[in-house]
Amino acid sequence: MGAFQSVHQEDNYEDLATRTGFSPEQIRNLHRRFKHLTQNGDKLRRDHFRVISDLELNPIQSQIIEAFFDKRNFQGNGRGTVSEIGFEEFLIVMSYFLPTDPNLTAEERESFRQRKLHFLFNMYDTDDDGKITVQEYRHVVQVLISQSDNLDQEEAKEIADAAMLEVASLAVVHMAPDEFYEGITFEHFVKIWKGIEIEMKMHVRFSHLETTSICK
Amino acid sequence: MDDSISCKCNWTSKYLVCLVIFLSGALWSSRDVLSNAAGATTKAPPVNSPAWTQVSPKPQTQPLPVFTINYPRIQVPFEITLWILLASFAKIGFNMYHKITIWIPESCLLISVGLVVGGIMYAVHGMPPAVLTSNVFFLYMLPPIVLDSSYFMPTRPFFENVGTVLWFAVVGTLWNSLGIGVSLYGVCQIEALGLKDINLQENLLFASIISAVDPVAVLAVFEDISINEQLYIVVFGECLFNDAVTVALYNILSFVATMPEVETVDVFLGMARFVVVGLGGLFFGFLFGFAAAFTTRFTAHVREIEPFFVFMFSYLAYLVAELFSLSSIMAIVTCALTMKYYVEENVAQRSCTTIRHVVKMLGTMSETLIFFFLGVATITTDHEWNWGYILFTLLFAFVWRALGVFVLTQIINPFRTIPFNFKDQFGLAYGGLRGAICFALVFLLPQNITCRNLFITATIVVILFTVFIQGISIRPLVECMKVRRTNRKLGTINVEIHKRLMEHTIAGIEDICGQWSHYYWKDKFKKFNDRVLRKILIRDNRAESSIVALYKKLELQNALELLGPAPSDLSAAPSLMDLQTKRNFPASDLRNMHELLSKNMYKIRQRTVEYTKKSALPNDSKVREILIRRHISIRHSFRVGSFPRTGVSKRHRFLSLPPRKNMESRSPPSRPSYTSENLLRAPIIFRHGTWIPVATLDLLILCSSIVLSAAELNNTIKQIIFRSRLFSTLFGFVRSASYTLPPGLASLDNAEGPGLEDKQSWKMTLHPCSGSRGTDLELEPLSATSSVSQLQRFSSRQERPLQNRYHQPERREHELGQQTSREPIAEGLWGQPQRDSWTAHRYSRSRDEHRPGGGNLPPSAPTGWAQEPLIQKGGGSQNHLNRRPHWRPHNPHGPQSPGQVD
Repeated sequence: MGAFQSVHQEDNYEDLATRTGFSPEQIRNLHRRFKHLTQNGDKLRRDHFRVISDLELNPIQSQIIEAFFDKRNFQGNGRGTVSEIGFEEFLIVMSYFLPTDPNLTAEERESFRQRKLHFLFNMYDTDDDGKITVQEYRHVVQVLISQSDNLDQEEAKEIADAAMLEVASLAVVHMAPDEFYEGITFEHFVKIWKGIEIEMKMHVRFSHLETTSICK
Repeated sequence: MDDSISCKCNWTSKYLVCLVIFLSGALWSSRDVLSNAAGATTKAPPVNSPAWTQVSPKPQTQPLPVFTINYPRIQVPFEITLWILLASFAKIGFNMYHKITIWIPESCLLISVGLVVGGIMYAVHGMPPAVLTSNVFFLYMLPPIVLDSSYFMPTRPFFENVGTVLWFAVVGTLWNSLGIGVSLYGVCQIEALGLKDINLQENLLFASIISAVDPVAVLAVFEDISINEQLYIVVFGECLFNDAVTVALYNILSFVATMPEVETVDVFLGMARFVVVGLGGLFFGFLFGFAAAFTTRFTAHVREIEPFFVFMFSYLAYLVAELFSLSSIMAIVTCALTMKYYVEENVAQRSCTTIRHVVKMLGTMSETLIFFFLGVATITTDHEWNWGYILFTLLFAFVWRALGVFVLTQIINPFRTIPFNFKDQFGLAYGGLRGAICFALVFLLPQNITCRNLFITATIVVILFTVFIQGISIRPLVECMKVRRTNRKLGTINVEIHKRLMEHTIAGIEDICGQWSHYYWKDKFKKFNDRVLRKILIRDNRAESSIVALYKKLELQNALELLGPAPSDLSAAPSLMDLQTKRNFPASDLRNMHELLSKNMYKIRQRTVEYTKKSALPNDSKVREILIRRHISIRHSFRVGSFPRTGVSKRHRFLSLPPRKNMESRSPPSRPSYTSENLLRAPIIFRHGTWIPVATLDLLILCSSIVLSAAELNNTIKQIIFRSRLFSTLFGFVRSASYTLPPGLASLDNAEGPGLEDKQSWKMTLHPCSGSRGTDLELEPLSATSSVSQLQRFSSRQERPLQNRYHQPERREHELGQQTSREPIAEGLWGQPQRDSWTAHRYSRSRDEHRPGGGNLPPSAPTGWAQEPLIQKGGGSQNHLNRRPHWRPHNPHGPQSPGQVD
């Protein structure tokens, strides 16, 4: 990737479109955006995200940025992180936020849903052990709440603990007194999301992209 | 069970019938109740008419009348009151047996009752009551309805779908008006119908009336079956804004209809006027909305009248817009949307609740009355029946609605992320019920319209048809078609967290790819809001802080409740198992937590509370008076070593309390404690101009492990409540003392199983509301507004020692007696240094220890109650705003370690 010379560009777009589910038009827009972020480079690095001033205000900005460099989110079963990504990876990560095509069959829809959930799950599970441990959970809750002046860390911790216990009681019906609920596995994570139409919520339009703006 | 219900229903219906007859009898003499009403509010009541006066023609010979009746004096308000009562009773009647309202919309039932009443009136004197023949509807009945809808508009979904909503409301209404009007005009050309005299303008006017949708019933159904959010909000928003469009259109057309001939210029002038009317309404809405927000900035010291501003300013917006013949509905909608956010941050929690309730109440009442009058008017109006015209009206109303929805959806769908599918379109089209606005508008038709009566008849038929047929059938149809639904039930705390993470992620991704969606504009606005608007409109030291503090408190307790029912070890306590496996936290608890989370996470793209029931009162569960907390030791025993807890000491376990240091530094001085026996015998003393029952109203710590079983405890609590109520009645210093036994507590009566047999102690805290009436109390719903504010269960592994040490009633009483008789309170008492007395015994002990030395314990502090800042008199209210909840961990080591004092 990265070799998006103008000659091959259209072909590449077509190719990427079939693989990621974006329309060529959207890919063109996103590519322009990508170029803009990388200052016409081929590779996107973490510090490129710093330009986006709006992202500064996002409490989970580091998690979001990390998600772009997380191999688990790319196609294939990679692990660990990379330091820079090309346009294709960028697109793949973006494709988690495609709206659901209403024409999908139930099965496709389900796998689409699973993909999205996996993406979210990976944002919690930073150490990639397949479990959201209580520390990881606490961290996320703390970050989420961090912008509020009214809740301090101790309380964030309590919320996370309560939530954790909730999952434990939801997921493991009978637990021996000494048993230790190690963390939320992906199955449990899916269970939590049961009944919530994530495919209806977790999407970005990818239209009207203002590729050159760094949102102020 | 069913028998009893039906019995009740029978009884209710009999009662209602009697009432209806009585009320109609009382009302029949007055034909123009409502038309008088307008005058009555401005003019003096009508002068005595000869028929009713008891004053004789020769007053000098008349002795002083012992008994007189002066009905005309009270006639108008009296009759209005009776009408409202009648309608309300009808409403009560239907809701007694709620299965009726599931299958038959309430509006249908109200119309039916109206029909009955109308029939009776018709039979009695054959004269129709003049219903809504004047401005009453527009000046008094419409504003509450619109205010209700707009104040409870689910803001976030609305702004997400604002384009579609406006598209349907504006273009859809125009489409319907034009379509129906023109096709009816075509029908009128048919010789056979004999309607040649209805011209195009009149047809258009009629069509504009008939195209206002008012799907109250549909919204109730959608709400009930939790239809997908997009459809719901479009129907909701459409009905709100299309009222505005219709009224504007109506005003223009009713002017046009009276013109002898219409030229092209007039058409363009009409369009221009349409725009001006809308924008003008918008302008005044903003103006008064901001004015209201700005005013509430300064109402911190006049909490009593705070809610008033909301109503007055929105009404003012409405009236001023009306003054300039602008869209008054638009004005009030904008006003409500604008001010809501700021006002709710400025006003006290209680005022906020009041506002919501009153808005809801007025709106519901207006709506009820209108549907009720609709029924009455159906019977008592002079009708002009023309089969052709009426049937064609029905047909066109339906066809153009369906067509309009279909065509408009095709146009808007490419712009929507989630397009409306066919089923959604069906719901949208079929949900186009006609209602109050049509009814009112048609009665406002000027008398010089030729076919006024025909229009009235046709409108009523359309309303009745849509409300009855479509209103009743939409539920089965929508259920049958499986229109997409959204799971709107409150999820778990996990879901809340995950959802929020997802939302922030989406926001972040949008930023990264430079998406210009409404998020972008929302961001823009948010920043402008934070930078400018908030600074102007919101008080710095605003009530929110205390509300948030309350949320925090609630949330923490809820979190504890969630922590409580650990899944393990359930078999040990069978009676608890039912309780826990069902995970039956009251929905209000969860909601509180949700609200807390939604208020505190990611301020930039804040989420609003998802839905507000149109048909029900807003959730006011923020103010919870009693919170129960689970036994820490149970949790511990459930989770011994099962849950890594770092950095939290055992003492703090049950607490998600503020850390100890906070408590020491911020919370007020200690509270006295009593065993249950003492508190029931606590004397009342008179101090500082206030009657204060020592102990009872200040603070109670009940150690149930010592003396009480759970049942006894309940009893005790009830007695206390009763006492405090009594006091409040007598002396008025306790504002409200209410008490409900939480479900968990009730079920603990028999929870003496193995899991619970270990020590329980109960702590209950009563806060008196002090003699300083009013001003400071609102901000402390948990503590100040409720005398029973916390009910806590404690763990005490040291039960035995506690039992031995604490249970010394004789001594306690002795002391109390001494103190009350002997010690006048010292002024300096209010500012006494903090003291830490955990229990009665502890306190008395330490007192004894300290007294000889005259140490840090004031000899004049009898029980510590006086140091409770809540009853601080004349103190600044700011203290109360920022005061932290009184978390007082039950320190089991207390009695043994006096060294911890201070």
